[in-house]
Amino acid sequence: MTDPTVERLGEGEETLPELYRSGRAKQRRSRNSRIAAYTLGALIVAAVVVTADWERIGDKYFNGQIARDMFPDVITIAAKNTVVYTVFSFTGGVVLGLSMALLRLSSIRVYRSFAATYIDIFRGLPALLTIILVGFMTPIALGIHFPTLFGVPTGGIVALSLVAGAYLAETIRSGIEAVPKGQVEAARSLGMTHAKTLRKVVIPQAFRIIIPPLTNELVLLLKDTSLLAILGVTITQKELTKFAQSESSRTFNGTPLVVAGAIYLIITIPLTRLVSQLEKRNKAMR
Amino acid sequence: MTDGTTPAIELRDLRKSFGSNEVLKGIDLAVAPKQVVCVIGASGSGKSTLLRCVNRLEEPTGGQVLIDGIDITHPDCDLDLVRRHIGMVFQQFNLFPHLKALDNVTLAQREVLGRSKQEAEEVGQEMLDRVGLAEKAGSYPSQLSGGQQQRVAIARALAMNPEMMLFDEATSALDPELVGDVLDVMRTLASEGMTMLVVTHEMGFARRVSDHVVFMDQGVICEQGPPDQVLGNPQTPRLQQFLEQVLEH
Repeated sequence: MTDPTVERLGEGEETLPELYRSGRAKQRRSRNSRIAAYTLGALIVAAVVVTADWERIGDKYFNGQIARDMFPDVITIAAKNTVVYTVFSFTGGVVLGLSMALLRLSSIRVYRSFAATYIDIFRGLPALLTIILVGFMTPIALGIHFPTLFGVPTGGIVALSLVAGAYLAETIRSGIEAVPKGQVEAARSLGMTHAKTLRKVVIPQAFRIIIPPLTNELVLLLKDTSLLAILGVTITQKELTKFAQSESSRTFNGTPLVVAGAIYLIITIPLTRLVSQLEKRNKAMR
Repeated sequence: MTDGTTPAIELRDLRKSFGSNEVLKGIDLAVAPKQVVCVIGASGSGKSTLLRCVNRLEEPTGGQVLIDGIDITHPDCDLDLVRRHIGMVFQQFNLFPHLKALDNVTLAQREVLGRSKQEAEEVGQEMLDRVGLAEKAGSYPSQLSGGQQQRVAIARALAMNPEMMLFDEATSALDPELVGDVLDVMRTLASEGMTMLVVTHEMGFARRVSDHVVFMDQGVICEQGPPDQVLGNPQTPRLQQFLEQVLEH
């Protein structure tokens, strides 16, 4: 507000022609509208603070006793299962996505259309429908029993891998296409085969390029594991959302959901911070 | 070429079109073993395309490319085997940015020639030493200057023990003060008897180092001969005009 340059452009200055003097009025206008916005915001906050029933909110959403009762199960069972679902689904998704990306870039038309069809279907279907279809209906309809892995049923992992794979295929394909053509030419000119060029030169660089969107997919997938709450599971197989939902229903209290939300954030926020770190390091190396 | 030996590189009526745009309109050229041939010409004259047809990074649309008398444009030809013997250096270096200098030099040795890690690293270290960058083995390409990157790229090609080297405007992307180091390496290579086909704008290099200079214009070889003759006594108006433009500044 007390910018010295503004002060110098006063009425008496001869160096600034009349035409350009409108700058000061513009600054004043923008300052006034900012003050108006702050005032409005402060009024809304004040209204909420005054009218809200803080005692009730505290009891229903931030109940210390109920929060304490959730431990240690919320960590040793729920959060652990969420992480297990995420890690295996992501691994499955990357393997599937990479395969589909390579098929999509193949010179053979049948491979290309196969990959394109897969991507279209699983990107186009709601994830929840895929989860119900694969994780719930398949065992019933076909009598296939998904084995358990680290204490969780693999049906949900298969379903999420299929969904993640479709998105990751497009991400990985864009990464492969972003590797400069000269890299392939250099490798081929040294006598490296097409396959070795892909494996040793193109794919490592492609993954470096797509680390940011890849981590983004990981965060999305972590959140999507909450959709597995739809699958009926035993107590030890519950992930965070299902666990919190059960606890909330049992206690008629929102606190378990708040605790679960906090745990999600504890995982996702550092992850997104990590992305920007990796991005910086990546830029330095290229 | 006159003593009856098989040329290291021979182009017969080489043609290349991009769509309806004919870039090479029937090129005949022979490079004898241990010979250094420089290709000069304005940009767009087809000289880089010609070079890239020699190891079929660019697919010729007509004619033949013979390497040591072997027709590599034959449909059954295994290009990966042929390319082992033909080193190539690019204008943009094309080092692998995710690998350190030494790993750039060892990758193809291990993947293509099947050398052990230890052997590949010994050869790699020797090649880096040869281009004067032994102490940069652990650096990533982004930590090197353009001239250093290009020398690593030369070392990478040399590590495959190529019988011949292709240089595609190897110094064109470099800052002027870095050109000299790269040209020095190329000059040493030439003096050691490497067969070289060099596309370049460096007239000094063409004049002093090459045995034979080829001037290309609009997809054909316009004039060729010993450097003193081609550069000192140009016969065609096109070459005279080109040399005036290049040498003026």
